[in-house]
Amino acid sequence: MITTRVRHLTQRIAKVLVWTAALSTIGVMILILFQVLREGIPVLSSHFLLDSPESMGRSGGILPTIVGTFALTAVALFFAAPLGVGTAIYLKEYTRESRISRVIRFGTDCLAGVPSIIFGLFGFVFFVIYLNLGWSILSGGLTLAAMILPTIISTAEEAVKAIPISYREVSYSLGGTKWQTVTRVILPSAFPGIFTGIILSVGRSIGETAAVILTAGSSLLMPTSLFSPVRTMSVHFYILAREGISMEMAYGTGAALIILVLLVNTIAQWLINRYIRQRT
Amino acid sequence: MPTGNKLVIEDFSFYYDSLQALFGISLEIGSNEIFSILGPSLSGKTTLLKSLNRLTDLIPDTKHKGRILLDDTDIYDPAVNLTELRKRVGIVFDLPTPLPMSIFNNVAYGPRLAGVSRNRLPEIVEKALRAGVLWDEVKDRLHDSALRLSGGQQQRLCIARVLALEPEILLLDEPCSGLDPISTASIEESLIQLKKTYTIILVPHNIQQASRVADRTAFFLSGEVVEVGATYEIFTRPKNKKTEDYLTGRFG
Repeated sequence: MITTRVRHLTQRIAKVLVWTAALSTIGVMILILFQVLREGIPVLSSHFLLDSPESMGRSGGILPTIVGTFALTAVALFFAAPLGVGTAIYLKEYTRESRISRVIRFGTDCLAGVPSIIFGLFGFVFFVIYLNLGWSILSGGLTLAAMILPTIISTAEEAVKAIPISYREVSYSLGGTKWQTVTRVILPSAFPGIFTGIILSVGRSIGETAAVILTAGSSLLMPTSLFSPVRTMSVHFYILAREGISMEMAYGTGAALIILVLLVNTIAQWLINRYIRQRT
Repeated sequence: MPTGNKLVIEDFSFYYDSLQALFGISLEIGSNEIFSILGPSLSGKTTLLKSLNRLTDLIPDTKHKGRILLDDTDIYDPAVNLTELRKRVGIVFDLPTPLPMSIFNNVAYGPRLAGVSRNRLPEIVEKALRAGVLWDEVKDRLHDSALRLSGGQQQRLCIARVLALEPEILLLDEPCSGLDPISTASIEESLIQLKKTYTIILVPHNIQQASRVADRTAFFLSGEVVEVGATYEIFTRPKNKKTEDYLTGRFG
């Protein structure tokens, strides 16, 4: 009797606990979004999004920072996506579990655990100073590439691993070479998973501040080449708030940033679903 | 020395790491016959089939002894082109394995890899699907995903996909295991047709299937050939007690 009652009580407490956990998570998320959007959305206007900042960002718009954010993310992806997917394919298709693959995996795991400010420091010393690329889109993009590489490798590796062995057998049995099998069966099948990893990385790149401020600088001018210094939206937000320039403008930038990330995620999800629907 | 047989297996043994799966198999298989391999699970049937087009190469830590001669050439000879070998010796697996692409692209997959020109593909695909007895059911939706076909249709698609490469030998590993009797009958019917052009090695999904379609049958047990002969002989006058016990359902 008593044990049954205790068991029931345990059940109920457990239920309450997990519900509380889940609800608090959503609550915190909504609170943050609500706060930023409430303060920020009134600032948003076509003028704000399409004009250059004036007097250090106290007034004017944020267009150069939007361009800077996209440019930096694009450069990061340009380097990290092929490198990461290539590494994953190598690990899963071209080599067996060996000393080399273990070293590579250990390396990427370590890389994944490094704080972003350390990436910033590395980027500053290596790209900005040593390679003499200066504070630029290229330095910032390469630093971000190094930072997102582990995510891309591990998600791509999982995606490749999830492909049934039978697909490979079929491809080989029909006279396919390894390269044909990889390009025609494995990559297309793993694409949704790989793409998800890339989108995660885009989110991280867009939001990254510490690594970027040290490598891409904080120029408010519209960039003209890969060697131009830029300020990204996150950095802009940070500087506006940190230096007390304008909280209003900071919230506006924050709101634009959140909307941008949501937009990227929604479009990406829509594309993935369409791709999966076409193939099944 | 030419033997006149399409495929000659000479004292062939196969090992997964330290586990031996095949013990000195010797078989001779002629052109245009349906040769069936009977035996309980783990008797080495699938291992032998996959050795015949060297799909076993994909499994790490395996090794073999002995020879397998295809038209008097050892398929394990270092000079053998693997891609070419696999085109000549096609295989259909026990579970339907459509690739996640359209029906057309599944069948065109092999020819495309082989570099067949684009404008010949529709003709090849149609011919293969007809031979696989699937054309009439799918001719209006060739560009639908193959994953939307029923299990029976998927398996016939896999057969058609292999036929599109016009192999010389067709390896069928329990091709009807997941199929209903009607699909099974249509596949068996097409096998009899295919025999005119191909040499077929079949691991049937039950004993009756061997008796219905096979010219000759070998009985495998624990990686060894127990008995081999004309299917009719094996079924009516098995020489070995174990064969008889298996065929009469005493084990297996």
